[in-house]
Amino acid sequence: MTSDNDRRGGLLARLRGRPAARSRGRRRLGAAVRLIAALTLAGGAYTVFAPGVQAQENPPLTGAAAEGKALFDVSCVTCHGRNAQGVEGRGPSLVGVGSASVEFQVGSGRMPMARQEAQAMRKPPVFTDEQVRQLGQYIQELGGGPQVPAGNDLHRNADMAAGGELFRINCSQCHAFGGGGGALSSGKYAPSLKPASDRQIYAAMLSGPQNMPVFGDNQITPEQKADIIAYIQETLKHDQDQGGFNLGRYGPSTEGLAIFLIGIVALVFASLWIAGKS
Amino acid sequence: MKRRKFDAAALPAKTAGAVDDRFQVATPLRKLLNKVFPDHWSFLLGEIALFSFVVLLMTGVFLTFFYEPAMTEVVYNGSYAPLRGTPMSAAYASSLDLSFDVRGGLIMRQMHHWAALLFMAAIVVHMMRVFFTGAFRKPRETNWIIGSLLFWVGFLAGFTGYSLPDDGLSGTGLRIASGIMLSIPVIGSWLTSSIFGGEFPGEIIISRFFIAHVLLIPGLLVALISAHLGLVFKQKHTQWPGPGRTNENVVGERMFPRYALKQGGFFMVVFGVIALMGGLFQINPIWYFGPYEAWVVSAASQPDWYVMFLDGSTRLMPAWQINIPIGDGYVIPPLFWPTVVLPGILVGLSTMYPFLEARQLKDYKHHNLLQRPRDVPARTAVGAMAVAFYIVLTLSGGNDVIADKFHISLNAMTWAGRIGLLVVPPLAYYVAYRLCLGLQQHDREVLAHGVETGIIKRLPDGRFVEVHQPLAAADHDGHGELDYVGWVVPKKMNRLGALGPAIRGFFYPIERPAEAPVSPGHPPVEPRPEREEITSGERR
Repeated sequence: MTSDNDRRGGLLARLRGRPAARSRGRRRLGAAVRLIAALTLAGGAYTVFAPGVQAQENPPLTGAAAEGKALFDVSCVTCHGRNAQGVEGRGPSLVGVGSASVEFQVGSGRMPMARQEAQAMRKPPVFTDEQVRQLGQYIQELGGGPQVPAGNDLHRNADMAAGGELFRINCSQCHAFGGGGGALSSGKYAPSLKPASDRQIYAAMLSGPQNMPVFGDNQITPEQKADIIAYIQETLKHDQDQGGFNLGRYGPSTEGLAIFLIGIVALVFASLWIAGKS
Repeated sequence: MKRRKFDAAALPAKTAGAVDDRFQVATPLRKLLNKVFPDHWSFLLGEIALFSFVVLLMTGVFLTFFYEPAMTEVVYNGSYAPLRGTPMSAAYASSLDLSFDVRGGLIMRQMHHWAALLFMAAIVVHMMRVFFTGAFRKPRETNWIIGSLLFWVGFLAGFTGYSLPDDGLSGTGLRIASGIMLSIPVIGSWLTSSIFGGEFPGEIIISRFFIAHVLLIPGLLVALISAHLGLVFKQKHTQWPGPGRTNENVVGERMFPRYALKQGGFFMVVFGVIALMGGLFQINPIWYFGPYEAWVVSAASQPDWYVMFLDGSTRLMPAWQINIPIGDGYVIPPLFWPTVVLPGILVGLSTMYPFLEARQLKDYKHHNLLQRPRDVPARTAVGAMAVAFYIVLTLSGGNDVIADKFHISLNAMTWAGRIGLLVVPPLAYYVAYRLCLGLQQHDREVLAHGVETGIIKRLPDGRFVEVHQPLAAADHDGHGELDYVGWVVPKKMNRLGALGPAIRGFFYPIERPAEAPVSPGHPPVEPRPEREEITSGERR
């Protein structure tokens, strides 16, 4: 066989599985040499770029975060899994949710949940503020995420009127005009804002807990968040209702109930009385 | 000059004589003032509506002094801080000024709104009284129709008034109304754009609603109310059956002075209740809703209670859209059925009911005596069915508030409403029917056997029986021979006088047992002699 002949039929010949020109033994040897060469290259590259042998899996936790991890491993691990990676069907991963989320969920008593249901309810908190801070620190160091700015009064010098406008546009659809909350689908709901603190409202806007959308800083700036908090805290919560008893601020539903239970009942008694006087 | 002595006692007669000399009104007035009205508490329910209408007119006039029906944009600078600097319509700004800067404005606004709710509530309660007692029968069918129309015109009055403040809630309601009008096939778009002057919301709707709310609709209401009352005068009031009362007479009090005085007093009571509610209970806090903007819709945005049944029917309606492939394609949205067709059917059914019933019963006679609801079980049951239907729809109209406050899934509330709308009314029919039959039977039982005395007697053979006081002489079976006459059958011993009269008086006793002789001329009052043992009336 000439080399011309070989070159012509090379590709087709290989596809058809015809015996090649080289012997089996030589081919095997060549493959082994190539493999060893590749492995050596890869290993060498790894040795050059890989961190030293002292490297750990996670960066070291600060003191507060270590305390938080201890709490987490006792109270949260059942649903959120080891290293807060989440458990399928029980609880989501907490990597990257940030301390804002922890502060809202744990600080308002929603977490730990009493049971799996449509939505976690506000309860008396299980953990102290200090413990909440430690848990938050742990989650923060685990994966970063949004944080609430320092301080308890987050609405100083804010513009209440601008906040009212923002509240009506962004919040009243679910939390209702008076901040009393409202129903969502399938047992979910927007809770009442009455018990919420400045920090909790801020954290909720940042982290979008449960069914609430996230209002990040590029959607509602920190100043606008302060305006909204000012409107909620100064108008909806501390405003005296100018018109008298507010009937729960539920809108026309309770007004309709009141006209029958109070107006009609009182006047039917009055007519019984007047007609009886004959 | 001799000074003439002023005789105060002769003044009314002299004045009346002078008036009659000039206008010759004594004869017609005598007829009017001597008109007799039967007295029963349930006949006063319509008056509640009438009197709250008077309050509506008075407070409404006050509101028009300060309200500005314009949609021109202004920047609010009044005394309510959380809205200061917000651009809004002049209508909303003037409503806020009415609430915060006009002295007495807020209580007037709240009284106006409460009076509106009370007006509608009283109309419905009065309508139920008329329905369940059969007062709508011949010759009063026309008045029943006028009454039903009053509900629907009141409905329009309420809706236009609800829209005037131009706050977030008003605008949401208007948006829904425009959607309802748009859903009407063929004419919808033309209707909406002619009412709103173009696309929703336009710039004219508040001015148009204002003139409808303060002139056209109240004018219509006054006309309908006058016709309603005129017909009551002309056809005379119905009365309950009872001693001396027949289909041909009216037993009661003369219009003047007692009936008129009592009505005057009742007006004061109604006014007082409305004023109390206006002062004590906050209604429609427009300042929380903010100015209307198309992108602002609050949770718990409901209409006032008398519109809520339409909101409920809309919430319960499945999303069944009909596409008609003609030309570019026509669509009948699901909104059309619960908000246009359903009220249409309800208006038709409610106005035509007297004729439907007469036709069914082949009863074309005059009826001036009322019927107790239990004596006409079918009608009572139909009424119960209608009330149940309305209540299910109204509750569904507020189902998001109920779901939220009672921790029920909103989806479950919607399905409960859908199933309830089909199941509850027939159930109400059945229960009401059985209740009527049971009450009828008990009446007949008392007429036949007498009143239960509460005395248990042991017979010689050891049996126990309750002693009954017969209402009339009994026949040989111990059965009375009284016929049911369509009025209350006494069922307690003190109703017969057997236990002495009940203490009369509503809040405190107006009768006191006489202890000493009132005057030397009268003998001292003896205590009532002990009665003999009440027997079962059986003859041995």
